[in-house]
Amino acid sequence: MTKVYKTSTRPALDNVSVEMGKGEFVFLIGPSGSGKSTFLRLLLREEVPSKGRVYVSNFDVAKMARRRVPRLRQSIGCVFQDFRLLPTKTVAENVAFALEVIGKPRHTIQKVVPEVLQLVGLDGKADRMPTELSGGEQQRVAIARAFVNRPLVLIADEPTGNLDPDTSQDIMLLLERINRTGTTVLMATHDHSIVDSMRRRVVELDHGKVIRDDARGVYGVGR
Amino acid sequence: MRASFVFSEVITGLRRNITMTVAMILTTAISLGLLGGGLLIVRMIDKMQLIYSDKVQVMVSLTDDISANDKNCSTSICADLQRQLQGSSNVETVTFQNRDQSFQRFQQLFQAEPELLRLTRPESLPATLQVKLTDPSKADALVKAFTGKPGVKTVDDQGVFLQRFFGILDSVRYATFLIALVQAAAAVLLISNTIQVSAFTRRVEVGIMRLVGATRWYTQLPFLIEAVVAGIIGSILGIVGLGAAKVFFLDSALSGPIASGVLPRLDLLDVVAISPILVGVAAVISAITGYVTLRLYVRL
Ligand SMILES: Nc1ncnc2c1ncn2[C@@H]1O[C@H](COP(=O)(O)OP(=O)(O)OP(=O)(O)O)[C@@H](O)[C@H]1O
Ligand SMILES: [Mg+2]
Repeated sequence: MTKVYKTSTRPALDNVSVEMGKGEFVFLIGPSGSGKSTFLRLLLREEVPSKGRVYVSNFDVAKMARRRVPRLRQSIGCVFQDFRLLPTKTVAENVAFALEVIGKPRHTIQKVVPEVLQLVGLDGKADRMPTELSGGEQQRVAIARAFVNRPLVLIADEPTGNLDPDTSQDIMLLLERINRTGTTVLMATHDHSIVDSMRRRVVELDHGKVIRDDARGVYGVGR
Repeated sequence: MRASFVFSEVITGLRRNITMTVAMILTTAISLGLLGGGLLIVRMIDKMQLIYSDKVQVMVSLTDDISANDKNCSTSICADLQRQLQGSSNVETVTFQNRDQSFQRFQQLFQAEPELLRLTRPESLPATLQVKLTDPSKADALVKAFTGKPGVKTVDDQGVFLQRFFGILDSVRYATFLIALVQAAAAVLLISNTIQVSAFTRRVEVGIMRLVGATRWYTQLPFLIEAVVAGIIGSILGIVGLGAAKVFFLDSALSGPIASGVLPRLDLLDVVAISPILVGVAAVISAITGYVTLRLYVRL
């Protein structure tokens, strides 16, 4: 697929073709401005490609009707560098919010929210406010929210960008655990040590082109 | 869809934006109060038409010497006139009212104006022949035919006076509706603006909702309900205001004409009767405003 933003002439993604299997763990790397976030936004249908097609599971993402987009997004979990938690809601409420707004019944919410908080290691902090948590803990809440609806794919855009190395390592362990439940994980990152230590598939972008796709890659030499 | 969730979102939204919400509610209240006032005038006109439709008459005032001397239309001039009137087409009944009866009627009509009563002597009122018509709108012919006949001082079509009076009421009603309309435009703009501000202050929340797959309907419904709730609260305030205006202001200002039967009485029941219209108008207008605003100006 190709994506040219309206306000620029250079394509943010240039004839990119990548396929990822169910249950895979993939790093998307590349320098700043290489098109990583654009790639992820296309999967979420936050943008549509200028050319080409995007498929997620059975969804023909670029072509599907606008009113079906919520269905797509319900099967994709998202995590961002800046957490994007609601500051006025508690940890449990933030996680529950994701289920409430897609109309899940209350008894389901009351059952699964504590479960997923336990999974991410936040049981006991359910009633804290986001401001009362460390960065790593806040990101765990965000992951819990992304995972609570058991998505097919978890998309993470630099989830460790604001965290120190130790905390980042904990977050990676958590993402690995989620990946082991069969969830496909796609993570954009700048973090060399993480990519190098995990030895997973690496797709590297540069100026909107795929310049590398290694099944068990490292971040790269000389950077 | 979870009602409790939407409900709590609405409450939060209205509270977060409290000054704007209050302005929106007050403007709506004033607009609907005026609209209600206009509707009450319409009801009043309807009632008056009922009261007057069988009272509208052509009044033939008799000359002073007949008025002074003839107590029961026994002079030949008066009797002739009465017979001719009765013989005319379009005439249903003719009744004679002598000077004393005219004065009694006058006293009854103006009991709330003691000044006027003190200044008026029976001698200044004429004896009359009151003609009730089959078709009051065709009074002209009769007025023409009897003006200037011997014994006749003046011939008045009360319908003309009444028409003029209804005309005034009509203008008052139109003016009220016009002001209500201007106020409604202000209310619509305020509702639209409130929704836009509300959507802006909640853009992070809404962004997250969209990201986790909430439908457009779900993200926008709270804003829509917010507008409708504010509209309905406004209309209820407007109705309360109308009721208060009726009890504390209209009732005493119009007590005279109402007591003498010139003006019909407006009951609180009349206010109650138009309330559903006002609430409905408020709900529909705020819903439409909300919907259009969300469609055109808010990218959620
Ligand atoms: N909304 C937009 N409108 C116009 N151009 C954009 C937009 N978003 C991104 N771009 C451009 O597209 C290119 C790719 O941006 P993108 O955000 O995908 O990069 P990235 O790889 O995520 O960078 P970073 O590592 O800094 O997050 C950049 O040149 C950027 O300026
Ligand atoms: Mg980026």
